[in-house]
Amino acid sequence: MNIVDFHILLPEILVLAMAALVLVIGLFSGRKQSSISYTLSQISLLISVVFVWNQIGMPTLYALHNMFILDAATTLSKLMILICAIFSLAYAKPFFNENPEKTHDYCLLFLFSVSGMMMLVSSNHLIPMYLSLELLSLPLYALVTIQRTGMNAEAGMKYFAMGAFASALLLYGISLVYGATASLSLSTIANSLQLLQTQYSTMALIGLVFIVAGLAFKFGAAPFHQWSPDIYQGAPTPVITLLGSAPKIAVLIMAIRLFSQSFVTFAAHWQMIWIAVAIASMALGNIAAIIQNNLRRMLAYSSIAHMGYMLLGFVTQTPGGNAAALFYVFAYALMTLAGFGALIVASNQGFEVENIEDLRGLNSRSPWIAFMILIVMFSLAGIPPSVGFFAKVGVLEAVMSVHMTWLAVLALIFAIIGCYYYIRVVKAMYFEPVEDASPLYSSWGGKVILSLNSLIILLLGIFPSSLIDLCRAVYFS
Amino acid sequence: MLNAFPTTLVVFYAFAALLIASAFMVILSRHPVQSALYLVLAFFASAALWIMMQAEFLGLILILVYVGAVMTLFLFVVMTIPMHTIPIDKTRLLYIGYGSLVLVLFLGVMAKIIHPLNHIVFQLNNFQAPGISGATAIGESLYTTYVFPFEIAGFLLLVAIIAAISLSWKTDRRKIINDVSAQVNVKAKDRLKIVKMKAEKPQQDSTEPVQHD
Repeated sequence: MNIVDFHILLPEILVLAMAALVLVIGLFSGRKQSSISYTLSQISLLISVVFVWNQIGMPTLYALHNMFILDAATTLSKLMILICAIFSLAYAKPFFNENPEKTHDYCLLFLFSVSGMMMLVSSNHLIPMYLSLELLSLPLYALVTIQRTGMNAEAGMKYFAMGAFASALLLYGISLVYGATASLSLSTIANSLQLLQTQYSTMALIGLVFIVAGLAFKFGAAPFHQWSPDIYQGAPTPVITLLGSAPKIAVLIMAIRLFSQSFVTFAAHWQMIWIAVAIASMALGNIAAIIQNNLRRMLAYSSIAHMGYMLLGFVTQTPGGNAAALFYVFAYALMTLAGFGALIVASNQGFEVENIEDLRGLNSRSPWIAFMILIVMFSLAGIPPSVGFFAKVGVLEAVMSVHMTWLAVLALIFAIIGCYYYIRVVKAMYFEPVEDASPLYSSWGGKVILSLNSLIILLLGIFPSSLIDLCRAVYFS
Repeated sequence: MLNAFPTTLVVFYAFAALLIASAFMVILSRHPVQSALYLVLAFFASAALWIMMQAEFLGLILILVYVGAVMTLFLFVVMTIPMHTIPIDKTRLLYIGYGSLVLVLFLGVMAKIIHPLNHIVFQLNNFQAPGISGATAIGESLYTTYVFPFEIAGFLLLVAIIAAISLSWKTDRRKIINDVSAQVNVKAKDRLKIVKMKAEKPQQDSTEPVQHD
């Protein structure tokens, strides 16, 4: 391994090294000075952003026996993952103030999960891909359970069991693909699949199906979505800001790399499967969200629906479609961060916002927070001028460009159905009477983070071209 | 096949049958301790299969690590929690029903995979020894080619430790002991609150002498 390799790996090495540092420092600092772990974690994420920033514009580089890849897609997505992580950790500050004894463990697991995401997008080989997916998920299982109360424990247990099942499916698929192609490297799989004898091709195809199932699980796309509403409802809110945002970016990058590079021979097959998954997700997510009264469950079903839209870009198999999917997942990550961040900010001491009724009359209690939630809900619904609108437009345009008009029409119908439950939240905030008209007290830190997050959504909606160009540059090179 | 009597094949099928039978018994057995013991047997049989494929290092590691360490620990855990044989009721039968449905589907898929391959003769003998022992080969590739996954696996184990401690650590430990240093360090102002206030004259009305008699 050369020095050059270290240079490529620097952001990941930094996050992992800082995680180890936080581990040691946390052991020697008292339980009361918990903010040191938080500060160190934020600093390490920020420095990592700088390192990734320095990698922008580099040519495609490989390291560690071609298992690690650095290209435009990895750089951009790592940047977004780190930004999501910084926001998510900032949203967790009230949680740390309430549970100082958990701060240390939380920050540690958080850093490890983020490093797993960063290595997942850079994996160019099925073994590191699988292992980083585990490094991503394992801390999340623990984070969901971190408070160990009834709901927490149940959510964590479900997430763990389902996640282990998904990993097993994925691993089984990988083993079948290995059995057929005798290779695990993404680039050699593509070559050997082309030269495959027909008797092995069924084996590889069935392996592919298992991999699709495992990845759909990780996306939380229907029909592998059952875990997500329960986990979104039961997990601590700051954990969901991480769980719902950054991993989806990482898994999407990996899926695009895997399917459009390695399994390009089977493109017709996996396109069909993913289209079915996308339609099922959009339909189930949008329709099931209507009857939800619990905001977290509603947002969970909304996440299922959004995964369906994101997959629409991916199934077109064009560079434009991949870019649209990338833009969609970036936009969605920001929206889900803001959505759950708003739940944290709108919650008072001892009072957690759970149901839609809890937001009633929020406008008269705190107009600014209500306005921020309005932006997020409009963006999730895809109403201009918010980034959600351009994300949907991009995806639908990609679908239209490959002449799958029926799919675009279907997506549009479900989007309109979806508007109902987002706007219901807005209605509750602005037009329903208040029960308790006392002004909402929330910390300045939380408000500033939420405002920043929501205003980014608004700003990207008004000036989307820069991010769209960045996403297109990734796949049009 | 060198001999007329296919020793290798017979041994292979014997261990394979043992593996499948014990794997079935792991889930069908109604007592958790028995399930754990059957799992040990399953590990043992698969170790034997690996050794037949000249992956002797992996086979021995499987026995040493899984049978020797993991399953022993697991048995202790199973024995310490109160256990009783699980009765067969309706839900369990339902699970068995669903399970067998999945099993049939899965076997169908596997048959579809293996069917086109059945003209390829599987020969256990054609695994060529690489000229170096399995341990050397694994060690060499693990620390060179596969160093990246190896490092990730290392962090994965670290995360598992941290997660286990984080989830089992009791935050609210109510100790019934005297904290001596706290007792010594305590200052008067921690216990006593001295409030400064103006001296007030007693009001005339309220302090009327209580009437005796």
